[in-house]
This record gives sequence, structure tokens and C-alpha cells, in this order.
Amino acid sequence: MDTTHHHLHDDIDYGTPKSVSEKMVTLEIDGFEVTVPQGTSLMRAAVEAGTQIPKLCATDSLEPFGSCRLCLVEIEGRKGFPASCTTPAEAGMKVRTQSPKLADLRRGVMELYISDHPLDCLTCSANGDCELQDMAGTVGLRDVRYGYEGLNHLKDQADTSNPYFTYDPSKCIVCNRCVRACEETQGTFALTISGRGFESRVSPGESQPFMESECVSCGACVNACPTATLMEKTVIEAGQPDHSVLTTCAYCGVGCSFKADMKGSEVVRMTPWKDGKANEGHACIKGRFAWGYTTHKDRILKPMIRSKITDPWQEVSWETAIGHAASEFRRIQKKFGVDSVGGITSSRCTNEETYLVQKLIRAGFGNNNVDTCARVCHSPTGYGLGQTYGTSAGTQTFKSVEKADVILVIGANPTDAHPVFGSRMKKRLREGAKLIVIDPRKIELVSSAHIKADYHLQLRPGTNVAIINSLAHVIVTEGLLDQKFIDERCDAEAFKYWRDFVASDNNSPEALESMTGVPAQLVREAARLYASAGNGAIYYGLGVTEHSQGSTMVIGIANLAMATGNIGREGVGVNPLRGQNNVQGSCDMGSFPHEFPGYRHVSDDATRSLFEKDWGVSLRKEPGLRIPNMFEAAMDGTFKGLYCQGEDIVQSDPNTQHVIAAMEAMECIVVQDLFLNETAKYAHVFLPGSSFLEKDGTFTNAERRISRVRKVMAPKAGLADWEATVALSNALGYPMHYNDPSEIMAEIARLTPTFSGVTYEKLDQLGSVQWPCNDAMPEGTPLMHIDHFVRGKGRFLITQYVPTHEKITPKFPLLLTTGRILSQYNVGAQTRRTENVQFHEEDRLDIHPQDAAERGIQEGDWVGVTSRAGETVLRARVTERMQPGVVYTTFHFPESGANVITTDNSDWATNCPEYKVTAVQVVKVKHTSEWQENYHQFNETQLRLLKEKVVAEASAAGGR
Amino acid sequence: MNAEHLLKMANDIGTFFEAMPNRQQAIQDVATHIRKFWEPRMQKSLLAYLSTHSDAEIKDIVRDALREIHPA
Repeated sequence: MDTTHHHLHDDIDYGTPKSVSEKMVTLEIDGFEVTVPQGTSLMRAAVEAGTQIPKLCATDSLEPFGSCRLCLVEIEGRKGFPASCTTPAEAGMKVRTQSPKLADLRRGVMELYISDHPLDCLTCSANGDCELQDMAGTVGLRDVRYGYEGLNHLKDQADTSNPYFTYDPSKCIVCNRCVRACEETQGTFALTISGRGFESRVSPGESQPFMESECVSCGACVNACPTATLMEKTVIEAGQPDHSVLTTCAYCGVGCSFKADMKGSEVVRMTPWKDGKANEGHACIKGRFAWGYTTHKDRILKPMIRSKITDPWQEVSWETAIGHAASEFRRIQKKFGVDSVGGITSSRCTNEETYLVQKLIRAGFGNNNVDTCARVCHSPTGYGLGQTYGTSAGTQTFKSVEKADVILVIGANPTDAHPVFGSRMKKRLREGAKLIVIDPRKIELVSSAHIKADYHLQLRPGTNVAIINSLAHVIVTEGLLDQKFIDERCDAEAFKYWRDFVASDNNSPEALESMTGVPAQLVREAARLYASAGNGAIYYGLGVTEHSQGSTMVIGIANLAMATGNIGREGVGVNPLRGQNNVQGSCDMGSFPHEFPGYRHVSDDATRSLFEKDWGVSLRKEPGLRIPNMFEAAMDGTFKGLYCQGEDIVQSDPNTQHVIAAMEAMECIVVQDLFLNETAKYAHVFLPGSSFLEKDGTFTNAERRISRVRKVMAPKAGLADWEATVALSNALGYPMHYNDPSEIMAEIARLTPTFSGVTYEKLDQLGSVQWPCNDAMPEGTPLMHIDHFVRGKGRFLITQYVPTHEKITPKFPLLLTTGRILSQYNVGAQTRRTENVQFHEEDRLDIHPQDAAERGIQEGDWVGVTSRAGETVLRARVTERMQPGVVYTTFHFPESGANVITTDNSDWATNCPEYKVTAVQVVKVKHTSEWQENYHQFNETQLRLLKEKVVAEASAAGGR
Repeated sequence: MNAEHLLKMANDIGTFFEAMPNRQQAIQDVATHIRKFWEPRMQKSLLAYLSTHSDAEIKDIVRDALREIHPA
């Protein structure tokens, strides 16, 4: 294990947040001079000077509260004993943090606290990490005069309802840190202090158990608690960690930085890292708590092979499995041609691993048939932003949201899908930024605790482009353009064409109202707000991209930001919220069939020869197959072999029955994964994957931030994913030589101009960097397109609204849209194997009360959902979050068959599937669908074939 | 490859570029798009289909673009 990073994190609690003032003040603390930014608290200034003032209710992630009376100080020339947490440092102040009087006062305070606190310190779960115990020691408390006979809370019962942490009120000192964390950090306002005086206690909701309250289990309160009151159950069970390693979360595209708190090679707790730039010390239920899948019993730890999917699996050594896979790929290529095989890189694996898989395909297989799951999520972002701005990524840092004056959220649900960024956004909204939400559903941001959208444009699914054009129409025709920005930064001719296009009456909100379902007046007002409220920032998600006009909509968004000059500085920009932890990275690393790492087309001779020289092979100049094209080619008999690393195409891709037919048409499917996922049930070779805790590497998040993933335990199956790819490549006769992922990153940097300055040493030193990171920007590029666009002049493009082919008819009168929820992650392979199932145990169909009533459907009824592609059965949830005519479901459970219903329609430019618009009928039913019955049977068979596996000989087991 | 799917995809590409003011440029753009993103067997399948289906509903802009890529 790499131990050099232990010094990389500093665990000092400065007591109050850092001041961002540029004006400095100098004062004296205990006779030592210290200079701090104006607005810094005396408490924090003292830490800067090397002195920790005793404290209980203060912590540097929260605004000071001044209630515990422990941090009192003396200031020369002032009366009394002000609290150092709430007193700002001033120039020339002379502060004393210690005096006999202060010691006396602090002991008195502690005596009161301890008189109503259990004295079971030796057996307490916080032993070793208790600020109350520390403070008792610090102030020299030796005696508690009040006795324990009076009224106390020592017998209060603990609330253990939450699967991840307990609330033990007997240990609560009512410091309010949890309540403030819930408000300030998370923004959920689930906790309050109920009662007054002696009666006051922390209370979720209206004195409910945690599981019944509004609590979202982000863990911010647990992190903030100074005692054992709120405590992780894993710590209660295992005890305090013995060391910590900084790493990066493997869930969503926010890419939170975490400390893996370890006991030996076992994880005890994941704690959000306060200096992590993506999350600034915050986390969500997934990253913070849902890591139990990494040691789940379902993990497959031995390679397996079988010749037919109806055969039992056979455990074999790595050599045998890899050798078999390689010989099968070569056999297929010999019989069906070089182009008959391909692979899929994983957006959950590291940059280094993804890079190697695409290298194996291009150099080892000798074709460009490589794709990645970004195909089905953000490929339109790559295309749209590439065409308009010249680069395939978001323009900002997450921190930029702190400077936004108006936030436009389009087709994204950050509080569920990107919760930590959602909290950062909510914080800014509570400070007064305006909010426009464009979404068919009433998502949480539309109206929640202390947040209310100024405008909710509740459009019909499939009409995004009509809305964006009508917003642009208002901006152009009402004189709201930023003409100076346009003249200086954008291509003049392209702008004129675009201006004339959007200005036409066809694109007015009034003309489009009947299609979008959004009142024209609302569109007009929203457009005026976005264009004139100062810094306008657009955040969007898969509700933009997963449409037949996904790329057109991304272009439309890019146009709107240029037209209003909202590019190139803090607080503005175009921000795609990427789905998976490394989906940005997997795209950067050349996972698309048409481009090499760094978004350079395979037909570009100079780039290709660079790679040919470095890799020592000749490379194809024609693009390869994209995932949906692979399926089509498989059905056609020209695509027969697939290497699929860490992705579950059978569950996640649209039109499941079509995908399965394609799977069954192939002769060799190699799946590399932690679990026997849905795709693996159709596989012939299973290579056990390694979790993010078992390998070194990097992930790149939605803000282009490259962060280290650090190995905290050995790969449970013997090989990290990158090592398995190296072995496969070697067996294919294309040798790869890497001893460590840092050598892979060195190769990436050598061949990719935007990564040329990236090294592991730099990442250790800076924590993370945002690409481009090169000679011009050696510490990375937080904001893009500052003085000019990457492509030179920004390019406006005409975005004609074209209704989708997917039409509602009397037979299919409703529109289905799909999405994710907070506690589950995508196909659920990870989160379904954690206690998160307690929060979401099945996928449901959300339906508006009116549509439900028309069909005699009540909450909890089984309903059949039928589309042109297929039928499945789910339980109904009747909710006004939906608009009439629109239904919604998630796709976290394979048996739900959400993608049995979705169709083959896809984005015109990228083939990104149209998950967000499917015409369906919904009826009350009594039985599961035929597809579900077949699925059930098939699944049982596959699990039996796994159970009946032929176990490897001891001598061959786990061999490397 | 399912030629009808390919035809639909090609027409969708055509629809996007059809809206552009400069027709000649738009034809070029359709051609470039197909060249850059379509694997050769997709291109071949569509051409083969068109050669045997004179009644195929193909947009003019796409037909012109395909001629640019694969001159008869």
C-alpha cells in the first residue's frame, strides 16, 4: 500500500469557516502576532497562531453559534468574556485565551455538561473520538459537584431506526451542530431542537424516528456531532479506525473526496473530506454509507468460464480464463473478420483502466469498436458542446455556483442524482439566487424547505428544443442579447443566421405553447430573468440528452449561454451534471469509437500516427461501432464477441428484448464485474472485478476534476481491473507493460495535450486538478473559455424543433419518462446490495391522481405499463409530482423491466437512447407481465448455474 | 444491419442539417457527420439497401450527402 499520502490531509478543526476576505488584519493572541483575513473569528485566528481554544458547539464546517460558552476569551480593553467563535478578529486586538478566570469559567461549564452525561467513557463508541471527553481533559475537570440524582437524560432510549447510524439522546449536549449541519450543509432542515430548557432535545421532524422523518441520511449530522449521540453503526461495531486514506467516491459524477477510515485493511467508515474541492466536506447516503457492497457475499472472486449460457459456470485460474477469452476473440476474428469483436469501457472504472481497455481494442483487437455507457447518457453533451464551444465538457467548477444570480436547471434532479452538488446549489438559492426549473416533473427543487423556484416550466416530455428556442426568441426579440460578448467572442455570420431563425414567429412562446404545454407568459418571464439577473448558470442532466433531439438541445443551451454572455467567468456557464463517477473521464480517455483520448478523431492523420508510433501498431482511421450499432451488427451476424468491463448493458440499455436478442447472437461475451449482473447472465467468461477500494488510479468528475483513487486493500480476486486488462492484452499477443497505474497516467499525459501536465505527484500535492492541465495551465483550468472559446469563435447553430417519432395515440396515450432516485444508483448492482434498499425497495410507477382515477388505479396497485417495445408490471405511486399525461419510473431493479418498455429511438447525432419519452398505456392488472415471468425463470436458472459451478482445483485457484 | 433503422437515422441527421441556411454546406455537413460517426458497414448497408429499394423514403439532403461520400 502507498503510505506516502498519510500526511496529505490535515484534520485540524479550525472552529469556524475560513474567511474569504482579501483584506488582512494583524492581532496578538497570547502574546503572539498573527495575521488573518478580515472576518476571521478569534477562535480560528488562535488556531492559525497555534492555539486551540476549547470549544463544543463550534466546528469549521458550520457558521458559529456561540452557545456552549466554552470558547470564552479575554480581550484587552474590553469587559467580559466574549465567545471567540462569534467575535471577529480586529487589527491591534490583544487576546488572552488562558487565564485563571477563564479556566474557572470553562470548568464550570464542563461541570454542568458532565452532570447530565453518562460516564461510560471506556465503553462508549466515541471513546477515542469524543470532543466532550477531550474538553473535560483540556479544562482539567476533576469533580462534578451536582451529583447524578437530579433530573437527567441518562435513561433516554436510543433511536436505531436508521440502518447506518444511531441517535442516543442520553449523550446529547444540545450543541446544535447536527441541526445546523442539516440546515447549512445539507439543506434539508429535517432536524430541530424540540422543547425548551431541560426538555430540549434533538428531534427529527416532529419527534419522529429518523427513518420516518425527512432525513436523507447524508450523514452531515453524524459528522458534526461531537459526542456519541449520532454515531455510525459501523464504528459502534468495529471501534475507532487506526488510519485513514484519502480517496474518491465511486458513485455519481460529483466525485466527492472521502477519507476511508480503516482498521487494517477493513473499512470502518467513509468520511467526506473537508478539503475535497468537489464536496467541501459533504456527502450523500450513497458515498457516505452505501459501501457495504464491496464486501457483499454476492461478489464473485474467481474467474469463470462456460461454453454456452445454459451450462454451469466453471471456476478457473486467471490464466485459464484470460487464455480462453483471448483464444475465443482470435477464433471469432479469424472466422468473422477483424471487425467482429469489440468492447465497452466502464465509467465506473478508473481513467487508467478505461484507457487500457480502449487501447486493447484499438491496438489488440485492431479495430475501433469501443464504446462506453456515456453513449446512453451524455454523448450529446460531447457532440453539442464540441460543435459550439470546441470542447466536450462543462465550463465551470462546482464552486462557481456560489456566484450565480440565476440558476437554470434543465432536465436534472440534483437533489436526488447529484445530491452533494444539489446541497451546494440549495445553499446558494437560500442566499437569494433566483431559480428556473425546466422539467416535466415537480422535482424537489421546485418547492422544498426554504427553496422555491421562481419559475417552473413544466413542459411535456420531448419538447425541450421548443422551449429553448422560445426562450431564445424572447431574448432576441426583446433586446436582451449581450451584443458586446457576441461581437467579441462569437462567429458573426453563424450568429446572424441563428438570430434570424429564433426571431421568427414560429419560435415564439405563443406559437410553441400548444406543443410544450407551458404558458407563453411564463416562458417570457423566465427568459427575461435568465438574461437580465446578472450571472446566469445553466445546469442540466439526462433530461436534456436522452432524447431524439438530445444533441440539438445541448446546442440550444450553448446558444442561449452565448447569447446572454454567460460564459467565461465564475457564476455562469453550461454545466452538464454527469451521471457516473468517471463518465467524464471515460469520454476523455478515448472510449468513443470515433476518437482517441483527448477527443481527437481517428481520421486525423497526425493524431493517429502519434498513437501508432507510441503503441507500435497501425490503427484504423474509420470510426467503429457504437453500442446500439454493436447490437444491430450482432443481430446481423457480423459482430460476435464483446469484452464488457463494469457495465450492465442488459439492464441499462433501452429495449431490453432487443439487447437480449443481440447478446444471444454473440459467441463470446466476456464480462468483468463485481457481481453476476444481468449482462453476465449472458456471458461466457466472467472476470472478477475490483472495487474502487482495491486499486490505484484516478476519476474525473463533472467539473473535469481529476482526483486520485487510492488502494486501501488488496484486490479481493487477486487482480485489479487494469491488471486483468493487461493480462488479456498480453494473451491476445499485444503485450502491455505497466507496473503501476501511475505509468499508465504517464502514457496518457504523453499522448494527450489536455493531460500533459497530470502526474500522480501533482495530484498528491494539489489534491486534484481540472483539465486542461498542461504547460499553459500547470495547475489545471477551473474555468473554461475565459478569453476565447476552445474552438476560437463561439459558434451558434440553428436548432429546429423536430417532434420525436414516439407519438401518443389512443392506444398509448401517456408519456413515460425514466430517472433515478437518491438512495439507489443506476442499475442498482451496488446499492441494492446495501441497506439502501430500506429507502427504496422497488421501482414504482409515478402517476398523476387524475390519470390514476381515470383508470381506477390506487396507491400501491399493480399496473401494467405497455409500450410499442414491450410490457412490464410495477406498483403505482399516485403523486402530484407528475403532470397529467406523464408517468415516471426508475430502473434500479432488473425485475422491474423499465427498459423493456423503452424504445430504439435515439438522438440523431449520437444514438443516445430516448429514455425520456416513451408512449405507453397503463392499466390495473393482477399478474406480472410475460416478460417478467420469463425473466424470473431465466434468472433462477442463471443463479442455479452459478450455484452449481464447478469449483476450481485448489492449485489453480486465484492464481496470478 | 437493419437498413430501415439506418435510413431513419440518416434522415434524422438530414433533418437537423436541413434547417441550415446554406444548402451546399448542409449537404457537406451531413456527409461529414456520417463519415465521422458511422462505422463502414453501416454506410455500406444503407447504400446496399438504397440500391435495391428505389422507393425508399430518403431525404434529398441525405441522398446528396451519400453521393458526396460514395460517388457512384
